[in-house]
Amino acid sequence: MSTPTQEVAEPASKIDLAEAGGSGGEIPSFDITLKVRRYDPERAEDAWWDEWTLTMYGTDRVLDALHKVKWEIDGSLTFRRSCAHGICGSDAMRINGRNRLACKALLKDLDTSKTITVEAIKGLPIEKDLIVDMEPFFQSYREIMPFLVNNSPEPTAERHQSPEDRERFDDTTKCILCAACTSSCPVFWTDGQYFGPAAIVNAHRFIFDSRDDAGDMRLEVLNDREGVWRCRTTFNCSDACPRGIEVTKAIQEVKTAILTRSL
Amino acid sequence: MTTTNSDSLLPAQGIEAPRSGRIDPKYLRNKSSNGSFEMAAWVFMRVSGLALVVLIFVHLWVNLMVGDGIHQIDFGFVAGKWANPVWQFWDLTMLWLAMLHGTNGMRTIINDYAEKDSSRLWLKSILYVSSTVIIILGTMVIFTFEPCLVNNETGELFDSVPAFCHDL
Repeated sequence: MSTPTQEVAEPASKIDLAEAGGSGGEIPSFDITLKVRRYDPERAEDAWWDEWTLTMYGTDRVLDALHKVKWEIDGSLTFRRSCAHGICGSDAMRINGRNRLACKALLKDLDTSKTITVEAIKGLPIEKDLIVDMEPFFQSYREIMPFLVNNSPEPTAERHQSPEDRERFDDTTKCILCAACTSSCPVFWTDGQYFGPAAIVNAHRFIFDSRDDAGDMRLEVLNDREGVWRCRTTFNCSDACPRGIEVTKAIQEVKTAILTRSL
Repeated sequence: MTTTNSDSLLPAQGIEAPRSGRIDPKYLRNKSSNGSFEMAAWVFMRVSGLALVVLIFVHLWVNLMVGDGIHQIDFGFVAGKWANPVWQFWDLTMLWLAMLHGTNGMRTIINDYAEKDSSRLWLKSILYVSSTVIIILGTMVIFTFEPCLVNNETGELFDSVPAFCHDL
């Protein structure tokens, strides 16, 4: 390395950007009215609604509107969010009456001429504002044994599986446990003991996994009075799933599996 | 079970800290799995539904389309049908399947929509009692139906009997 090399600072962008100017790249902005159902047992016994008018941009999501309120207007507004990019599943909420992830619902896709209402997901106990107690939800999840059970001796390498066998349960591996499906289910609203779509989806993920040996046990768990037979195929769960899982179809496949097993 | 851990209580108004392990009892399943009753009920709804489509449409066709159609229906027509064991069996099956199908549907709706255990119990009791009464009553009518009633004292037919009884 005797030849002296001249260090050149790397440019900020390797692509030649057009001179900024004109209105070509401008993001449209609009006013929205955001109405949030508030609940704080330390302040009032009953829930109440708060309304804010905000100027938001075409690239903003409902989560950005909530952030704007929390960071600039009312710091007491409480909600869960972690990754803010549709993976962690923390910010499922009822937006205009439908369960959505606040970080995936773009404001421009909603009717911005009307008030946008945001509530906590239904059916689980509200703790504060948009935060619910997820413990009953996770309890059902635990009961279906969401882990691989294999009775054969442990192999030295990985357990092999054909692409077709992997494809069989591919849809249900996408679940992020946001509870949007379970809390959109009208059966779960009145009957909190119902296992709920999310638990069944996660059972489906292992029941149809060729490497798993505990399918029968999971089917037995879901053959309960509060199991798959409580499903009324209203498709609310499939509509609510932010990951596009065909939830109702998965539940139906578990029903068929229980039925064929007992015949 | 609601476990109250004093360490997990926040100072204000005794609100428990998050994840202190308590779950509202209304979310806890009572571990009494009643066999496969729900599965049987689910299968029954589908099978009886299919059977009822055939039973009801044949019933309607025979009563309303065949022969004189709607004008033939009177006391005598029904009496004539029930003199035939095939139609007795047909109507009996229709009665039982329709009643059980409907009762199970109502049971499901009550389970879904009744919010209190006591109202659920009451609604279901009324449902079960009324469907039992209707099923028993209907079955008795189909099997004990006698169109040509005879007056025991005079040994003659009552005035109210249909015309065909006089020809027998």
